[in-house]
Amino acid sequence: MLRIEGLSAAYRGLKALQGVSMEVRKGEIVAVVGANGAGKSTLLKSIAGQVATEGEIVFDGASLRRVAAHDIARRGVCLVPEGRRLFPRLSVEDNLRLGAYARRGEANRFKPLDFVFTLFPRLKERLGQRAETLSGGEQQMLAIGRALMTQPRLLMLDEPSQGIMPRLVDDILAAITRIRDTGVTVLLVEQRLAEALEISDRAYVLQTGRVVMSGAAADIAADSAVRQAYLGL
Amino acid sequence: MGLIYALVAAGLSLIFGLMDVVNFAHGELLMLAMFAVFVLRGVSGADPLLLMPVVALLLFGAGMAIYRGLIARALSVQFNRGMVQIFVTFGLAIFLRGAAQFAFGGEFKSVTGHWLADRSVNLAGVFLPLPQLAAGVVCLLAFAALLAVSRTEFGRALEATREDREAVALIGIDRDRIFALGWALGCATVGIAGAMLAGFYYVNPNVGTSFALIAYVTVALGGFGSMLGALVAGILIGEVEAVTAALFEPAWKQIGVFGIYLVVLMVRPRGLFGKL
Repeated sequence: MLRIEGLSAAYRGLKALQGVSMEVRKGEIVAVVGANGAGKSTLLKSIAGQVATEGEIVFDGASLRRVAAHDIARRGVCLVPEGRRLFPRLSVEDNLRLGAYARRGEANRFKPLDFVFTLFPRLKERLGQRAETLSGGEQQMLAIGRALMTQPRLLMLDEPSQGIMPRLVDDILAAITRIRDTGVTVLLVEQRLAEALEISDRAYVLQTGRVVMSGAAADIAADSAVRQAYLGL
Repeated sequence: MGLIYALVAAGLSLIFGLMDVVNFAHGELLMLAMFAVFVLRGVSGADPLLLMPVVALLLFGAGMAIYRGLIARALSVQFNRGMVQIFVTFGLAIFLRGAAQFAFGGEFKSVTGHWLADRSVNLAGVFLPLPQLAAGVVCLLAFAALLAVSRTEFGRALEATREDREAVALIGIDRDRIFALGWALGCATVGIAGAMLAGFYYVNPNVGTSFALIAYVTVALGGFGSMLGALVAGILIGEVEAVTAALFEPAWKQIGVFGIYLVVLMVRPRGLFGKL
């Protein structure tokens, strides 16, 4: 579904990615793990068209090079960024509905709303509330919900557990699994290594902008030498 | 007059609120709308009131073209973006004024002999000139239309782009298209104001300058990016101007307006309803 070859990117003057190659297959949850500054977020931003890159990114057989960020989202690649980037003064409902804005004219474009409310019933209770008044966990639910409204085929999540109460982290991770079960492929960047590897099929380990290891998530989770060498655990 | 000021300011505020670009050619766009009425009336003989939607559409197109041809390029520069934006709109203002001077000459012109010209209504002993009254009503309707637009899905997309111009791309919204439509809407707004103003005000290449100056004061008083602020501030400024002219000399009418501007800058720099 997604193939990356020799991807390099500089972010704020630093070489954040250096010749990264990877593949994500349809229906998988793939985790990208690594220490702070390894280039995980830059990788997701590069795929989403938010960072200038060298190398090749191919999604469903078509190159994403020189494709505008909004067009990448329209092709079915949606990023839930670190920090969520909600529209704080707009209501929960407006934030969700705007997710379907690019599909104007299509019948059933608001259909994902039912799934979003099944996934995150809290959002239904807070429809009229401004996004900025939600708790961290609720904001993350809204960010994921808004992304689902775009009807993505590849959902990229950057640190979905960041700034969330521990008891809500499990809810978010369970939601990611349920999203995958509906046929959406997931590329996950997450600091909580054990939890991320537990729900993932495969994983890539990044270190200073390079892929240093890849394989089944369970194998990487079980390899204490890898965890010590590359993940600082 | 206050409602005309308010509508001119609304267009300015919409563009600034959306993309942080101060349009220094806003007054010249008003002038362009007034000349459009002058020319179209000469060609077709139609009443300015009927020409108003046509002029609004023309200015809508002009706004779109200005964004695509100039502003988008100015936004894409890597260095000194703020200065580039200032000089681009300032240069456009000079170009439009010069072009009007070249095409129509510098003398004062007026649109005469239309339906409402020289007619007034008696409201409890107060005679209100119909062209001004009609302009006021049209401006209020234009504000109602702007409010209605803000409640549509497109209005929400405008607001979202205003809040986070990078994040909208993540959900497939073309920021450039929203910016272009925002410019077009802002220019159409000033087009409506210009078309109505042409019914009772002289037309001249420099006519936009004083209106633009008052529009900046109106936006600052109402609060950058606030439509309600533009409406309230426009009415307030119109009243202050009228009272100052009545109490002192008509030539002094802008003293009160700029006095208010100074007070606002010192006491409440973000304006009455400012969000920014």
